[in-house]
Amino acid sequence: MQRFSLLSLLKNSLSGHTDWKPFWRDAAPKQKYDAIIIGGGGHGLATAYYLAKNHGITNVAVLEKGWIGGGNTGRNTTIIRSNYLWNESGALYEHALKLWEGLNDDLNINLMFSQRGVINLAHNQADVRESIRRVEANRLNGIDGEWLTPGQVKEFCPIIDISRTARHPVLGATLQRRAGTARHDTVAWGYARAADSLGVDIIQKCEVTGILRENGRVTGVRTTRGTIMADKVGVVAAGHTSVVAAMADIRLPLQSHPLQALVSEPIKPIHPCVVMSNAVHVYLSQSDKGELVIGAGIDTFNSYSQRGSFHVIEHQMAALIELFPIFSRVRMLRTWGGIVDVCPDASPIVSKTPVKGLFLNCGWGTGGFKATPGSGWVFAHTIATGEPHPLNAAFSLDRFTSGALIDEHGAAAVAH
Amino acid sequence: MLRISCPWCGEREEIEFSYGGQAHVAYPKDPHAVSDDDWAQYLFMRDNPKGLFLERWVHAHGCRRWFNMARHTVTHEISAVYKPGEPPPAGGK
Amino acid sequence: MSNAMRIAGGRVDRKKPLAFTFNGKRLQGFAGDTLASALLANDVRLVARSFKYHRPRGMLTAGNEEPNALVQLERGPYTEPNLRATEIELYEGLEASSVNCFPSVDFDLRAINGLASSILVAGFYNKTFMWPKGFWKKVYEPAIRKAAGLGIAPDAPDPDTYDRMHWHCDVLVVGAGPAGLSAALEAGRQGVRTVLVEEASEAGGSLLQRPAEIEGIKGAEWAARAVRELEALPNVLFLRRTSVFGYYDHNYLMAVERRTDHLGPGRTDGVARKRLWHFRAGRVILATGAHERPIVFGNNDLPGILLANAACTYATQYGVSLGKVGIAFVNNDQGLSLALDTHEAARNIALIVDVRADPGEAMIKRAISLGVRILRDSVVVCAHGGRRVSSVDIQPTRGAGMVRATCDHLLVSGGLSPAVHLYSQATGALRFDEKLACFLPDTCRQAVEVAGALNGRFLLDSSIADGKAAGARTLAALGKPVAAAASPALDALNILPLWSVQGMLGLKLPGKHFVDYQNDVTEPDILLASREGFRSVEHTKRYTTTGMATDQGKTSNVIGLAILAGSLGKTIPEVGTTTFRPPFTPVTFGAIAGRDRGSLSDPVRATPMHPWHVENGAVFEDVGQWKRPWYFPKPGEDLHAAVARETKALRTTAGVMDATTLGKIDIQGADAAEFLNRIYTNAWTKLAVGSCRYGMMCKPDGMVMDDGVTARLADDRFLMTTTTGNAARVLDWLEEWLQTEWPELKVYCTTVTEQWATTAVVGPNARKILEALAPGMDFSNAAFPFMTFREGIVGGLQARVFRISFNGELSYEINVPSWHGLAMWKAVIEAGKPQGLTPYGTETMHVARAEKGYIIIGQETDGTVTPDDVGLGWAVSKQKDFIGKRSFARADTSRKGRKQLVGLLPQDKSFVAAEGSHLVASPERSTFDPARGSPSIGHITSSYYSPNLESAFALALIADGRALLGQTVHAVKGTDLKPMTIVDPVFIDKEGKRRDGID
Repeated sequence: MQRFSLLSLLKNSLSGHTDWKPFWRDAAPKQKYDAIIIGGGGHGLATAYYLAKNHGITNVAVLEKGWIGGGNTGRNTTIIRSNYLWNESGALYEHALKLWEGLNDDLNINLMFSQRGVINLAHNQADVRESIRRVEANRLNGIDGEWLTPGQVKEFCPIIDISRTARHPVLGATLQRRAGTARHDTVAWGYARAADSLGVDIIQKCEVTGILRENGRVTGVRTTRGTIMADKVGVVAAGHTSVVAAMADIRLPLQSHPLQALVSEPIKPIHPCVVMSNAVHVYLSQSDKGELVIGAGIDTFNSYSQRGSFHVIEHQMAALIELFPIFSRVRMLRTWGGIVDVCPDASPIVSKTPVKGLFLNCGWGTGGFKATPGSGWVFAHTIATGEPHPLNAAFSLDRFTSGALIDEHGAAAVAH
Repeated sequence: MLRISCPWCGEREEIEFSYGGQAHVAYPKDPHAVSDDDWAQYLFMRDNPKGLFLERWVHAHGCRRWFNMARHTVTHEISAVYKPGEPPPAGGK
Repeated sequence: MSNAMRIAGGRVDRKKPLAFTFNGKRLQGFAGDTLASALLANDVRLVARSFKYHRPRGMLTAGNEEPNALVQLERGPYTEPNLRATEIELYEGLEASSVNCFPSVDFDLRAINGLASSILVAGFYNKTFMWPKGFWKKVYEPAIRKAAGLGIAPDAPDPDTYDRMHWHCDVLVVGAGPAGLSAALEAGRQGVRTVLVEEASEAGGSLLQRPAEIEGIKGAEWAARAVRELEALPNVLFLRRTSVFGYYDHNYLMAVERRTDHLGPGRTDGVARKRLWHFRAGRVILATGAHERPIVFGNNDLPGILLANAACTYATQYGVSLGKVGIAFVNNDQGLSLALDTHEAARNIALIVDVRADPGEAMIKRAISLGVRILRDSVVVCAHGGRRVSSVDIQPTRGAGMVRATCDHLLVSGGLSPAVHLYSQATGALRFDEKLACFLPDTCRQAVEVAGALNGRFLLDSSIADGKAAGARTLAALGKPVAAAASPALDALNILPLWSVQGMLGLKLPGKHFVDYQNDVTEPDILLASREGFRSVEHTKRYTTTGMATDQGKTSNVIGLAILAGSLGKTIPEVGTTTFRPPFTPVTFGAIAGRDRGSLSDPVRATPMHPWHVENGAVFEDVGQWKRPWYFPKPGEDLHAAVARETKALRTTAGVMDATTLGKIDIQGADAAEFLNRIYTNAWTKLAVGSCRYGMMCKPDGMVMDDGVTARLADDRFLMTTTTGNAARVLDWLEEWLQTEWPELKVYCTTVTEQWATTAVVGPNARKILEALAPGMDFSNAAFPFMTFREGIVGGLQARVFRISFNGELSYEINVPSWHGLAMWKAVIEAGKPQGLTPYGTETMHVARAEKGYIIIGQETDGTVTPDDVGLGWAVSKQKDFIGKRSFARADTSRKGRKQLVGLLPQDKSFVAAEGSHLVASPERSTFDPARGSPSIGHITSSYYSPNLESAFALALIADGRALLGQTVHAVKGTDLKPMTIVDPVFIDKEGKRRDGID
């Protein structure tokens, strides 16, 4: 792998940048792999990377129907945090956050991971109670978190309106200082580059059309670029997971919805952190380019179109202007939608399936980006060993039969 | 925003309606006679097709009545609207 | 000299001079000018700096596609960042300044970035700023952020208001150029409801921008006549200054109308600044025109280099010349004729450099007649100049022979890109037309037609004919008997595709070669992306940021795509195009929020007694949308003092609470009792008429959903109460099951929450107060026992009185029709005076119910709690089925070790734990242990100080809690541990004697 550094950048500038190599090879599919990952988003590419790095399984193909990172990896608001309520979620997301903290070095690429702090606002007594419960749960799980009074909120984020007469007054907030944002596309590219350098084949424009099975075991996949054999297949297809799983006759507790986000025109830095408010649907940060990055809600109906409805944005914007009146004259530049796969308990499924050798990593809903490294880490373990890592054992498909749901509606931000 | 034709009220804007998920998911006749797995199927497992989907809606800010709809989940084209108890249109999944 | 660049003609009103300020300098323009035309008239070329290299930039265009000329408009609360000078209508006193330059646009220190441009290539930030590690947060990122952004946001709330309009029409025509006007006339004359939307202040489009003649009159005049005719039609709405920015499903289109910006800030009190239009259109006709494309050559970004269409517009519409010596660089007929049109108006084009071997006889003739020389088979390879172009290098396409020509401005035309954005948003497919070298609309599922330049009909006559044809097709689709009219053939543009001169010549040329001006993306950046494997157009766009600036690549996207395709040895259609998403043009946040501000951002619900609460100093709490009195402080009291007094009163004399917000559902029908049997966990068929019962409902997964007391008003009629926050949800829930699962049940549900006002009179003296109020009713325990209701005259009003209790005290809830609610409340207050009646709020209600161990949905429950978990197993029927019962038998729901509701008493009686605090079993195991995880065994759901217990107390959910009564646990408070004893959750009157009062 060509090293990235200021020195290499300077050296290449002398040759007019003509010596840079592709981040990843444009691989053609081989006939057989040790493992196939369906889905070339951040989670799939991270899985391939950790399969190679942690488990020595390098004969791996990542199959992507479009272009890598083109799904939710490149369509989210890039918020990274680990302040989830339940022990199982806290452990998984915190593992991811710890990986984020060393990921630049590990992947030798600048992911622009910015630990600027995330605050979650409380607007009523019930919010206050839930917030304290969550922040205390975090602390007892070794996750940093603190409760801010309205005055402290104002200090941390001076542009927020904390007046008690606001329609939804700010009664306080939780703060996770280690939380923040990262450059989303680079995460996919960085994992692709690192996985490729360990021998992983990244195959774009390769859509899976069937899952081959024999005697209850997976044997390979049919694709638009031919049949590819493998004894282990991991499905990491986000919004399209139900479609892929149906090829193996598996029905899932997932529903796919469009989730919208938007950015403003770039303005000079004014917003120092990430602000989230579940109650009034505000998710706001400012990118390194100066754009305000804003998460909107989901459309309630099932959809595979990456188009959301405008009334969702109107609702979101009204809430935003209430909290940040100074942004009224700023202008919306771009909107986009991703297809999120939502689980009934707002927690993911990282699990074995009734088909031997077939594994699932899905249901991340509106919050998958932050989990990318952790998700890849535990899914690689699950695929490599055939059994879940302790961190994803609770996120099994069985939980919907036993009832051991991990209800993270409170912490999962966008209400769904 | 979809334009939905309520079978009782006619064409209305989507914001008058609430979504009710997959249609024709029947409550088990005797829940206590089904296995935990089958009960989980009823509780949580749902079709999620990319294509035609039979789904429930309720005219929440109108007549408050439930109905079923056949809608394409990519194009959002609505091919049929029908009342509870009526059979789904041909071609519905 | 003021207006030095003005020439004769134009549509500005020279009788109305307007003074304005740019970067502190006072200048003058005329009514009808844009800021851009007024600046050019005053020979101000350098108006902005680019994002990355801070290169000097001027106007490239005259319209909405402008990438360079971004300004900060006005100051203080009215300031607005990043506006395009080409779109700002001039008004008296306008103040604008350049964005993102320091200290000034003429001398920008950050232009030093240009020196480092050899390392600031696409994606450079991914490759560096990694070492040393700690530097990212402290040094690199702050430096990057300091350089980020363009204009500045206001630092005060917006003084303007915004509103919304919803509009249904048969035909929506977008764009009032020749095609759109023709289409709108076709539709409007047939009487169909038609809306015509135009982004500019005036209809006409290209008719205003270049010399044109239609039906023997001037183009602009024809447009004005068409508008007069349309505006006279009652079925037609014409909107100026309105941009359609979004095309959504089922022909839903969004537009924003700028209603006051052209008048200046703060001068139109009472008029909403912008209006957001929501259109639902039967059919849509898009006539959005086309954007001219530049050509990539060395230093193609210098001020003074403009698109040919822009130069022609400045000359024709605004009467502004761009200089004395102009050169044009074109590859197509349209660009060439625009250059000649410009020359006709401004007499300043010295030379036309045409890459084509043969521009055609007609063009050549016209050029000769105007005395303009055409240099064929030639290209501009590089422009020179500091802050404006001063010369260009011209070279034949074949072979050497470069010459340098002096000029003071340069016109460029690289072809036309139809404005397919809205069509693409509508999910319309595009096709690449090789002959016209552009993407054209192909097919679309929605009811939409396209016309004019958008449809590849660039010439005036064909554009008008195409608009008529689109109108006719639309009318036919609406069932109107109209003669079909065919669209004319595609125009011959005679374009020789030329994206980049370097690429065409296969040479490395001097200067910087810009593709995306605002984001400073150059041709080598795109080639680098391609080399590094970013070969999908979406990858290239994201890696280089092409098309992601505020102009959204209106002038750059297709060029970037062509350069990428060239580098891959593919054709443009093989590489594809990116999908366009809303908005077409940036939209003000405030306009999107509209009137949903302040108290209108979410409806506020208040009870009929609300005015009394306000008068009597209540502090309110938000519960859902309701404002509920939280407590009623006396002077000097805080929450704790007030609640202590209120709680004491309730248990010793009497209290009164407004319980109106509880959800109330009237359930009627022959099968009503059977219905409740299926909904609630307990049995209902045997409940006597006149009696009440507590009921709890679960979701199918067995988790508690809601609870409340329901009364049987008649054999076939019940009145259900729900929690305040869940009232609507429960009604929906009932309807869902009734209509979709049990349609055979004869049951009808109606919300009556707002129909009844409820005054709860609580405490040992409650009976006395009721007796005083309702002398005709018997309130004895025998005649009116607990969990029954009676109807009668109370305080002179017909009322329904329930004897139910959420606090363990003797308690009557008086229900009257809402409009009597305040009167009843006041009557109760009056009657209660001798009995020490004290109004209390939700906090005291919470304390009192917690003293009795009563749960609150959403506080003791969180969607993961079963009836048994909260100690309500007694209310769960073993006999019958109900929603959720099956789930209790699942492995996790029936396991040992679930969290159970218990009471807690702190060993330090004054310690009121924070609600939400966690509990640990012992000090030894009280912090996170990586091997064993969290030490939490549960959390506190409710926590108060009770003056009745003279101690703080709490309710908590603790793993296996009911087996741990008497044991000590520790509440975690920061690093402190506070010992608490697990007790039964009923703290007061375990026997339940108090509820009968003293009979």
